Amino acid sequence: MSILDLFKRRTSAPVARERLQLLLAYERQSRGQPDLVSILREEIMAVIAKHVQIDQDYLQVSMDRGATMSTLEIDIQIPNKSAVPLAMAG
Amino acid sequence: MGKVVVVTSGKGGVGKTTSTAALGAAVAKTGKKVALVDFDVGLRNLDLIMGAERRVVFDLVNVIQGTAKLSQALIRDKRLETLYLLPASQTRDKDALTEEGVAEVIARLRSVFDYVFCDSPAGIERGAQLAMRFADEAVIVTNPEVSSVRDSDRIIGLLDARTMKAEQGELIQKHVLVTRYDAARAARGEMLSIDDVLEILSTPLLGIIPESQDVLRASNLGSPVTLSEPINSAAKAYLEAARRLEGEDLPVVVPFERKGFLDRLLGRRAA
Repeated sequence: MSILDLFKRRTSAPVARERLQLLLAYERQSRGQPDLVSILREEIMAVIAKHVQIDQDYLQVSMDRGATMSTLEIDIQIPNKSAVPLAMAG
Repeated sequence: MGKVVVVTSGKGGVGKTTSTAALGAAVAKTGKKVALVDFDVGLRNLDLIMGAERRVVFDLVNVIQGTAKLSQALIRDKRLETLYLLPASQTRDKDALTEEGVAEVIARLRSVFDYVFCDSPAGIERGAQLAMRFADEAVIVTNPEVSSVRDSDRIIGLLDARTMKAEQGELIQKHVLVTRYDAARAARGEMLSIDDVLEILSTPLLGIIPESQDVLRASNLGSPVTLSEPINSAAKAYLEAARRLEGEDLPVVVPFERKGFLDRLLGRRAA
């Protein structure tokens, strides 16, 4: 970094423009469509519930959008049998 | 048959009410009969900006519920005899508006006035949707700032989906009005440029209103800036925007600020 860079402020408008373009491209696409994450959440929940008894709160579904790639993160906690209350283990 | 124009934005505080007053007064100045309708039930402010706050007796909700006649609720401007205001109710909430009621009021205003400007509440809920429902054209007020542009994009989506015109397969004409534009900051790359905003929203430009202290002074005085100080830069920009709204082909000049000596010295570049 040279001394001059200290005085040069990076302009923020181009960053704003890029962030907006990326965000709006996604928002326009998903407009009018039901929320993908909540659909995934419901269906995953249904599949798991067939085999293991878990509570809604133990399933976290989140999506992180990137420019070239997005990640879908699914976090399922299955409590050990002993920790599950009788009513739930039913 | 008059034209119905909704002034909307999604985001609050960007200048919808100020722009409604300034554009409406500018059109009324040309001799056209203009009605300004405040749709912000519960949070009315158009009366204050127009300087008519002490003359409100009946309001939009009274007319819809049949407790007052339209002619009783309309307030005639003291400065321009072609300019009228239909205030919103301050005591009710937005659920007091019904779609049928709004349809009837708008239809009657349309038959009497050349222009009906609907000042939308912020947000995308019922009140905002009723304000845009029967519009022929829309003015989307946008600040060159990320959250305002995002909300404008959302509102544009709603205009294309939820208005009567859109539902009948017709095209609702949309215009972006950029307000609070600071040419110096845009030149330094600190603020989204006009090109950025237009490219992102891909909607034609109605005008650029520069950030100006005169707009606040006009609000303080209760007079649309196009009436109280027609020679200042913001008022001129509104007057030109109004001419474009009336169909005149008037090129938009982007306010330009020359880079200061210090900016050159420090090598700040425009975006």
